[in-house]
Amino acid sequence: MNKPKKHIGESAAKYVFAICAAVAILAVCSITIYMIAKGTPAFKNVGVSELLFGTLWQPTAAEPSYGIVYIILSSVIGTGACILIGVPIALLTAVFLTEVANRKLASVVQPAIELLAAIPSVIYGLLGLMILNPAMYKLEKLIFAGSETHRFTGGSNMLSAILILAIMILPTVVNVSASSIRAVSKDLRAASLALGASKIQTIFKVTIPAAKSGIMTGVALGIGRALGEAMAINMVAGGAVNIPLPFNSVRFLTTQIVSEMGYAEGTHRQVLFTVGLVLYVFIMIINLMLQRIRKGREKNE
Amino acid sequence: MNEKKLSRIKKRPADKFMYFLIYLCASLSVILLAGIIIYVFVRGIKSVTPEFLTTVTSVRKGTVGIAGNIVNTIMIVFITMIIATPLGVGAAIYLNEYAKPGKLVNAVEFATETLSGIPSVIFGLFGMMFFGQTLGLGYSLMTGSLTLILMVLPLITRNTQEALKTVPDSYRHGAVGLGAGKWHTIRTILLPSSISGIITGVILAVGRIVGESAALLFTAGSAKALPKTFAALFPKIFQSGGTMTLQLYLSATSEGDFDTAFGIAVVLIILVFLINLGTKKLAVKFDVKRKK
Repeated sequence: MNKPKKHIGESAAKYVFAICAAVAILAVCSITIYMIAKGTPAFKNVGVSELLFGTLWQPTAAEPSYGIVYIILSSVIGTGACILIGVPIALLTAVFLTEVANRKLASVVQPAIELLAAIPSVIYGLLGLMILNPAMYKLEKLIFAGSETHRFTGGSNMLSAILILAIMILPTVVNVSASSIRAVSKDLRAASLALGASKIQTIFKVTIPAAKSGIMTGVALGIGRALGEAMAINMVAGGAVNIPLPFNSVRFLTTQIVSEMGYAEGTHRQVLFTVGLVLYVFIMIINLMLQRIRKGREKNE
Repeated sequence: MNEKKLSRIKKRPADKFMYFLIYLCASLSVILLAGIIIYVFVRGIKSVTPEFLTTVTSVRKGTVGIAGNIVNTIMIVFITMIIATPLGVGAAIYLNEYAKPGKLVNAVEFATETLSGIPSVIFGLFGMMFFGQTLGLGYSLMTGSLTLILMVLPLITRNTQEALKTVPDSYRHGAVGLGAGKWHTIRTILLPSSISGIITGVILAVGRIVGESAALLFTAGSAKALPKTFAALFPKIFQSGGTMTLQLYLSATSEGDFDTAFGIAVVLIILVFLINLGTKKLAVKFDVKRKK
């Protein structure tokens, strides 16, 4: 009867949905193009080696210098350190949720972790500023009492940022690890217990190794989250580019952009885009790693 | 002799130590959360008065308030979701119902994965360059919203996809058997059956927007004025406006007004809790439905 009309609606729907799906591809492509287009001119103006390996960051001096190596190192070391602190805690929490806790205990811990994930990063920053920084300042005064070379930071330092990041990656790593531990077959555990292994031995020698690829996914997601976090650590890490030592105030790739993009001009602005490009490259590497882990898992299944 | 051996295994001190560590780590997140909530409420609850929620900070009038930021937040959430929801749901429908497995599906899924991994600062930079400068929208609620659409798109797409996957194939076969076209089936069968999954995605996205700050700093700006009339809301779309999180950031850093900062923190934590509760209620409903 009205078949032709229906046909038009049907095929139109298909194209509309295809366009919706294409938006994601379009977005990724244009973000990549823009990041490269805006991030590369500084290489020409400043020089690749001076930019990437220069240690001096003085964008507004009479003779400006744009070395971002400390910024890159701060991000790498800060992320690495927060992973070293955060992942063991997250893994043990995941073990608690899946293997140790009874239902009642798990129903307290699980929502707590979900809420920790939902708290906006500015609130973490605010609390870091009010609680962590003063404590760090006390510690700083104790450790560096009498030191003439140390520049006092008032507690805004690398260590504060690492601790905040370690808390912020917890939920991601816990959730992904817990679901991969849950997915380990019951037979494996039963076999291990039947051979006389204790529960703890079974967890750490059998279950966790079997869930390794899932846990790796969680860690990679955590690295991505830590590398990309901006506002919280911007509030606690201080405002100067320095060698990434625990009690120095440092700038990360993200915080460098957030705190200077507002007023930067000319080459300074271009260099900030380069900082963005460096961050983008890091994130893309993590993304590719994630895809690889996932593909490996699918093959195993 | 066997019994002796067994009892010795039972007493492995390493096991006890590991149990101790496991309990310690698990209690850490509960203690952290409790500490955060208590500290924020103790410091901030006295700032949250009716005046705080209904006025705008002004030296001349002597008021301290975040009404403008609340309106900005609501407007950004609204504009973002009204565009992102159909886009995300549409993409999920295409991936699940139309596309045949192949290069295109892989490309879309890879792009969605990548988008969800990109940090918000990068979205902010891109939004500032593309929507703000190339399209000439400047610092405005619209620039902020367009930027956030890209950020929340993966959340909605993925949740809708999960929901569509749980709709049994027999529904689809049944509809086709009765002579329904694909679009008709989607409209009348698939979307209604997966509505709670879609809403879960939407609520999660709203939560993400409410908590977002880095992506908005260079796109939506930080103005806190409150439109005087309802009609003034519309031109506001193309003007700068800071959300609550952004005002918290400014209050705690450049403005040094910690009372306001903690007041906003209280409001945000309450909001985030309500959002979390909402998704949980839906998840329960979803589960019940699936079990039937």
